[in-house]
Amino acid sequence: MKQRIEQPGHQSLFQPVFDLERCDGCGECALQCTFNEIRIEPHGDRKIPAANRKSCGACHRCEATCPRQAIYIEEKPLALRRHEVWKSADIMRIHRQSASGAVNLTGFGSESDLPGYWDRLIFNACQVTNPAIDPQREPMETVTLLGRKAAARTGYEKRGNRQELIKLNLPVVFAPMSYGSISLNLQKALARVAAEKGLLWYSGEGGLHEDLFPYAGHSILQVASGRFGITPQYFHKARAYQIKIGQGAKPGIGGHLPGEKVLPGISETRMIPVGSDAISPAPQHDIYSIEDLRLLIYAIKEASGYKPVCVKIAAVHNAPAIASGIVRAGADMIYIDGYRGGSGATPSIVRDNVGIPTELALAAVDQRLRDEGIRNEASIIAAGGFRSSADIMKAIALGADSVAIGSAALIACGCHGCQRCHSGKCPWGITTNDPEISQRLDPDWAYERLGNLIEGWHHEIKEFMGLNGIYDIGSFRGNRLILRGVGISEKELSILGVKHAGE
Amino acid sequence: MCGIAGLFSARKIRENGERIKKGIHLMNDRGNGLGAGYAAYGIYPEFKDFYALHIMAEDSQARQEAGRFIKQRFEVVHDCEIPVWNKVIRDHPLFHLYFVLPGIPPEQRFPEEETDHDYVVSKSMELNKTITGAYTCSNGKNLGVFKGVGTPLDIYDFFRLDDYAGYSWLAHNRFPTNTPGWWGGAHPFNILQSSIVHNGEISSYGINRRYLEAFGYSCQLHTDSEAVAYLVDLLVRRHGLSIEEAATALAPPYWKTIDRITDPEEKEALIFLRATYEQAMLNGPFAVLAAFEGGMFSLTDNTKLRPMTAAIHNDYTYFASEIASLYEMEEGIQDIITPRAGQPIIARFVKEAGKARL
Repeated sequence: MKQRIEQPGHQSLFQPVFDLERCDGCGECALQCTFNEIRIEPHGDRKIPAANRKSCGACHRCEATCPRQAIYIEEKPLALRRHEVWKSADIMRIHRQSASGAVNLTGFGSESDLPGYWDRLIFNACQVTNPAIDPQREPMETVTLLGRKAAARTGYEKRGNRQELIKLNLPVVFAPMSYGSISLNLQKALARVAAEKGLLWYSGEGGLHEDLFPYAGHSILQVASGRFGITPQYFHKARAYQIKIGQGAKPGIGGHLPGEKVLPGISETRMIPVGSDAISPAPQHDIYSIEDLRLLIYAIKEASGYKPVCVKIAAVHNAPAIASGIVRAGADMIYIDGYRGGSGATPSIVRDNVGIPTELALAAVDQRLRDEGIRNEASIIAAGGFRSSADIMKAIALGADSVAIGSAALIACGCHGCQRCHSGKCPWGITTNDPEISQRLDPDWAYERLGNLIEGWHHEIKEFMGLNGIYDIGSFRGNRLILRGVGISEKELSILGVKHAGE
Repeated sequence: MCGIAGLFSARKIRENGERIKKGIHLMNDRGNGLGAGYAAYGIYPEFKDFYALHIMAEDSQARQEAGRFIKQRFEVVHDCEIPVWNKVIRDHPLFHLYFVLPGIPPEQRFPEEETDHDYVVSKSMELNKTITGAYTCSNGKNLGVFKGVGTPLDIYDFFRLDDYAGYSWLAHNRFPTNTPGWWGGAHPFNILQSSIVHNGEISSYGINRRYLEAFGYSCQLHTDSEAVAYLVDLLVRRHGLSIEEAATALAPPYWKTIDRITDPEEKEALIFLRATYEQAMLNGPFAVLAAFEGGMFSLTDNTKLRPMTAAIHNDYTYFASEIASLYEMEEGIQDIITPRAGQPIIARFVKEAGKARL
C-alpha cells in the first residue's frame, strides 16, 4: 500500500459528522476514505469513528457507504475576515502553495464565477398557431449524422471521396477521458453504453486497452501530443480519429500523468515503462502551423482508410478563424472544448483563467463557417461542462451538431465533484487505477447508471423538441430563433446570434 | 390558419381569375382580412421572354429609388403602373411593373451572378435589402404576383384580376399569427418561376433562414413562408433536384421509415437527401402549394397538421385547403385526392410528363 499523503490547506473545508447513536463502530467509513480523514478509536467499551479534520473534500463516499446512515458531511466554518478582494480561496491558495512551492493542481471543471450563458438562455414554446407535439404519441427523431456532408449533389459527385457519415441516435458523445485519467472499468462502461445506445465514446490519449477492442467500432480514438499507444492496428479499429490540440480545462498546456499512476495495464496500453511519467507536450511537436495539421489529418486518413478525422481545440479568443483553418485543412469534425470543461489534472490557475465559454465560441464558430460557406464540410461537437439536457439543447440550437459530456458522465457514476481527480485516490474508483480503489466502481453498475442518464436525457431532449413543434432534431440544430436571452448585453446577444426575451 | 387554392391547366389554357376567386372566397373564414394574394402564370404572353418585375413601393420616393435602381442594372423594355382599382382599398402601396433583361453581359458579372436567373435574383435581393420601403413581389417571366392587405375579394378587385388571363393560378387567404399583416408579408411569395402559398407555421424557420443566407438569399419580408419559396428555388433551379427529390428534402421520411427500406440505392439516395438538406427540411405544421416552371405541386408536413386536397378533371388539376372549394372551382369533379402526410401531389404540363402523378 502506497503512503497516503495528507492534503493540507483548502482540502479540509469539510468534515464528516458522526451520529454515534446510530454508529455501531463497524469501521467501514475509515476503509472507504482514501484520504485518511477518518480514524477509528476506542470509546469506552466500543469503537467509534472520528474525523482527522485535515483532508475531507466532501466526496461523500463514507456517507454513501455507511450501512447505518450515521454520517453526513458538513462545511467547516472558515471565519476569515470578509474581504472583497482577498477572498478566502485566494488566501487558502497561497497558504497551500507556500507549503509546497509547486503549481496547485486540481481536477474537474472550472469553479470560477464568470457568467455562464446556458442559464441566461431560454426556449420558446408552441402556443395556439403551431401545435406542440407529444413525444409520447408522435414520432420524434434525434438521429444525428456527423462528418463531412455534401453542399449539393453536383459537388458531391465530383469529389469522388464519398466518406461515410457517422450516425448517432442522439446528439451526445462521451468526452475524451483516457485510460489512466479514469479507470478501465469506467471506460468499459462508457464504451458499452455508447455501443448500446448508438453514441460514440472517445478514448482520450491513453491508447486503447485490449479489453475495449469489442467496442472500438463506436469509438473515436485520439492522437494527441504524447502519441501514446499508437500502433498500426490502432488505425484499423475506430469509427473515427481525433487530433487533440487543446483542452478546455487547460488550453495551451500539455498533459501529465504522474509516474505513480502508470501501472502495468496503463504502461502496456500507452507503451511506456511502468512508473515513468507520461508527458504530453503542450504543442504537438510536428504541428507548428495549419499546414502541418493538414499533413497529420491526411496521414491519419491514409493510415485509417479515410475514416473521419476530428480536431479538438480549446475555446479561445480566435476560435472562429482557427476553426475555419481546421475545416479547410481537411478535418471532418471540429470539437470545441470550452473553459468549463473538465480535466483529470490541471493547474487550477490555468483552469480558472484561460479560455472562453463554449457558448460564445460555439456560436461564433458556427456563424463563421456559415459565412464562409463551409459549414457543411465539418460537424461541430461542443463540449465544456454540459450539466443537463437543457444545456445540450441550447448548444444544439446555437449550432452544435453534437455535444460531448464528460463531467456529467462521471457524476452519473458516483462523482460528487470533490475536485481531487489528479490525486489518483478517487474514493469512487472513477479517476484512479489503483488496483484496490478502482475495483470500487462496478462496471455493470456504472453501465446501468450511464444508460439511465442517457435514457432520461433522451426523453427530455424529445420534450424540448416537441414543445417547440419540431419532430426532427435537424430542424432544432442552428435554429437560434428558438432561443431568447435574458439579462445579457447587446454585444453578448449579437455574438450568440439570439434575440432578447420579449423581442 | 390560412386558406389555399390552386388552379392548374395542364394544356396551358388561359382564363381569368374568376374561378380561383370563387375557390378562395369560399374559404373566407380561413383568413381575417389581413392578407390575401394571387399568383397568375401566363399573363404576359407578349413579354414572355422578359423578366416581369412587380415592384411594391410604400411611397413615391421609394418607387423612384427602386426605378432608378432597376434602370441602372437592367435593360427595361417596357414599364407601367400596375392598374389598381383604389376604391376598394384606400391606403395602399404603389405598384409598378418593369419588363427587363439584365443590363450587363454575363462576362462582366460576378461569378455568382453569371446566369441571367442568378443576376435577377441577386439584384432583387439587393433591392429588397437596400431600398427602404421597396420590395419585389415577383420577378419571373410571364407571371405576376398580386397581393396585399385585405380579403381575397378586396385584393381581387383591387388588382382587377378579371382583366388577366393565366393558365396557373394560386390564391391565398391569410390569418397572420406570427408576424404582422402587411402588404409585403401577404402570399404568394415568388422567386423567378417558382411561387408558393403556405398555410401553417415553419418551426424550422430559424435554421432555414440561416441556411438560405449562406447561399445569398436574404429574407426581408418578416415571414417564414418567404423561406419556402427560396428553398424551392435553391433546390430545384440551383441544385438541380427533381420536384420529387425537392419534396423529399423539404418533408423527408422519418428515419424509422428509411431504416426499413431494403433497396440499397433508394436508401442511400434518401440518406443523401437527409444529410445534405437537413437545414432545408421544413418542420412544424404546413401545407404548401407551389407553382413551378413545369407545373404545380402541393406538400404537407409529415404529420399533416394542415389540410390539403386536390382533384383532377379534364386536364385541370385543382388544389384547395377544403374540398368544398374544389367544387366551387369545378362542379364536375368526380374524385377527390387527399394526400397522405408528407406526400406531394405533382401536376405537370401535358407536353412534359403527362397527367398528374401521385
